[in-house]
Parts: sequence; C-alpha cells; structure tokens
Amino acid sequence: MTLDGRLKGGHDEGVQRPTVIRMAEIRFPDFLPALERALGMRIENLVRLSGGASQETWAFDGASAGETLPLILRRAPSGIARTTGIPLSTEAAVIEAARAAGVAAPRVRHVLAPHDGAGDGYVMDRLPGETIARKILRDDAFAGARAKLARECGRSLARIHRVELDDLRALLPVVDGPAQLASYRDNYDAFDYPHPVFELAFQWLAPRLIRSDRETLVHGDFRLGNLLVSPAGLEAALDWELAHIGDPLEDIGWICTAAWRFGVQDKVVGGFGDLADLLAGYEEESGIRVAAEDVRPWIVYGSLKWGIMCMKMYQGFLLDRSVERAAIGRRCSENEIDLVNMIVGGKS
Amino acid sequence: MMDQPSMRELVEAVRDFIEQKAMPELKGHTAFHARVAANALGIVARELAQGPQSAADERERLAVLLGHDGTLEELNRELCRRIRDGAFSLDTPGLAEHLTVTTREKVLIDQPNYAGLKRR
Repeated sequence: MTLDGRLKGGHDEGVQRPTVIRMAEIRFPDFLPALERALGMRIENLVRLSGGASQETWAFDGASAGETLPLILRRAPSGIARTTGIPLSTEAAVIEAARAAGVAAPRVRHVLAPHDGAGDGYVMDRLPGETIARKILRDDAFAGARAKLARECGRSLARIHRVELDDLRALLPVVDGPAQLASYRDNYDAFDYPHPVFELAFQWLAPRLIRSDRETLVHGDFRLGNLLVSPAGLEAALDWELAHIGDPLEDIGWICTAAWRFGVQDKVVGGFGDLADLLAGYEEESGIRVAAEDVRPWIVYGSLKWGIMCMKMYQGFLLDRSVERAAIGRRCSENEIDLVNMIVGGKS
Repeated sequence: MMDQPSMRELVEAVRDFIEQKAMPELKGHTAFHARVAANALGIVARELAQGPQSAADERERLAVLLGHDGTLEELNRELCRRIRDGAFSLDTPGLAEHLTVTTREKVLIDQPNYAGLKRR
C-alpha cells in the first residue's frame, strides 16, 4: 500500500506481480488500439499488474520492426484525477530529469497525449529485478546484493538530490519538514481521537524537524517495495508519484523508518543495512557528509506519519467497511511503540 | 448470564473456521482478506482476554498523573491537551513510564509478534 504510498496496495506487494485477473478486461482493454497507434507498436502479452480506480499498471511487450521491448504502462482513464501524488505526466518528467542526473530509473518511452486517446499516463521500460521486500530480505540469491544495498541506496539518493530543479519547480510542490509536520498535525486534529504518544512525537519533532539549508528533489517513497533489486544490487528506483521538492533528509529517514525495516529492527536501513553505510555511499557520490543525528528526526517523523496514516485508514473503513482497512487502523499502536522506543527509549 | 460457549470461545471458533476450513478453499485477494479477517478476530480474542485489566490499569495511572478521575477517553483527551500545551513533558514524573506501559499493552493486543515490542 502507499500510505501516501503504502495505502496503495500491499505492504510489500511488488508492482511487477499480476494480481486480479479478469480475462476480457486484460486481453482487450478499450484503450488497446489507441495505445498501439500512439506507440507505433504491436502490443503482446498484456497483463494487468495492479492499481485501483485512479491508476492502473500494465506490463506488455511492444513489437515493432523485428524488435520487441519489455514495457510497463502506468495509466489513468482520461478525466479521472489521481487521489494521491503528482499527475502521471509530471511523474514521467521527474523520472527523465532524474535519469539525466544519473539516477537508475526506468527509461520513459512515451508520455500519452490527449490526442492519443488512450488516457493519461506513460510507457516505460520494464527492467528485470525483484521488488518484493521479503524476497530481497530473505532469499539467498540476494545475499550479495543485501550486503551492499545500503551503500548503493546512499549513492542513488545522492544522485536524486542533485537533480537540477529549474525545470521541475513549475511541476512539483515544495513541502519541507515544518510544512509536512503542520499538514499531519491538521490531519491528526481532524480525526479527533486522542493519541498521547502522537502528541508527544509532535512536541519532540517541532524543534527538531526544522527548515533545512538544502532544498532538493525528494523521491518521497524510497524504500523496499519501490526499489528494483537484482542479485547484482540496486537496479532502479520506481514509483515516483510522491516526488516533491523539500529536505533531502526526508528520503534518508523514510527508508530507515521502523515500518520499512520489515521486522528486522536492528538493520536500520530497510531491514538490510546500516545507516553508516548509506551515509558513506551518499558522501562518496555527493561529497556531502550527513550526520546520523540529523537523520533521526526524519526517522521519528516517518513513524508519526505512518501512525496518522493508519488513523486515516479507519476513516476509509467507515466509508467502505473493508476488513483490510479496519485491520490497518489497529496498526497505529505499532507506530506508537516505535515512537516510544525512539523518543523515550533512545533507540535508533 | 449468557449460555455457553463464551464470547471468547465463539470468536476463536470463527477464527479457526476461517483459517482451517475457509482459507484453503479461497484464492488470490479473497484468501488474503480471509487471512486479514482471521487476524482481526485474533485482536478481538486478545482484547476480550486482556483489554479490561489493561484499560483499568491505564485509567488508574491516568487518574494519578492528572490528579482526578474520569472516563478513559476523557482522561486521554486531557493528557493530550497537557502534552500539547507543554504542561506535561518527558520530565513529568510518571509520564514516560505510563506511555511505555500503555503502548506495550496496546501492541500486545493488536500485534503481539510485532518486532518493536522486543526492543527494550
């Protein structure tokens, strides 16, 4: 799911996995002829991977002039606004800007235009690799990748954070630490249900999650589930829908947030690595030395954000009575114990 | 007095039915949601067993911290206000202990296997 991000599917659900299958919808979606015209390709092996009402992800092979390309379509039906994140065309522009700065991300092949008549969205390369967290964290095939993944994540984040902002300023919102804290405060207040631990976290963060001297591109959801990993290591950063301009430490803190350690709490980076290694990779690539202590408020903030997203899931449950949303509502307390461990217990 | 089985036995029987009988016959998203449903009944069973004592203890601690009695929700709302306006902080005697114990007991009901519980 994305909460922003996690609430979009499963906790560690890979975007490359087929989910719901209705054969008629999959073989003959109504946009297929328009998409073939727009791409100048014959579309083969089309499979719906995931998505809700406002966004779909499809995998297919695009064939033209004897060449076949493995591709992904991220698409929304025309006129249906996304419920979270930036427009798909902006997402495509961010990915291309990041690639120009040396970030490993899938190459965008085509951005759908209104005259294409195939909806909003874009087509990108489908790269080999794994996104499912439990496989990356447990399978023997990834043992070598795991050992260097924290450093590679540091390098990749350093590249993301040096992307030229000029062209992106017109496209992306600027949301720094204090702005996010204020926004989550408003959300929390609106839910009107007492969480003393969240109150304590807001108090703890107010003097610590302060305005940064640096203002950079922020991926916004850089963590296992959105990272494509092969046995050789980090292949690409995916799912750029929460990209914004803000404090680069947000990205470093988010992948260290307790919920994204998948139960391996002593491996602070994503359940697989050490923060010192990530920061070493970051410095190698950017020359910028980040102190672990400065990342800490963003790790704490990640758990607070997650906790408030769980409160939001309860609001969703009130509308659709989904057992899944109901269950996530009861995951507030996981984030509370993480906050207690960090703020009261002094744990990382 | 209600007849047997007890509320807890009923909940556990339904959970066992979902896990052992229904789930093997289900596929895809429905199987996943059945797992989520069974886990939710696990929360209910644990709350039935541990919730009353846990809530009574929480209320007693809150009454001591705040200096007066009230319902659990009233006292929690007041604690939130006092933390927010700065009257209470981690320097307030008993607050850190109260939040630690209360949160641990919530997680023991919601997700007793959660990794964060084991970090002491």
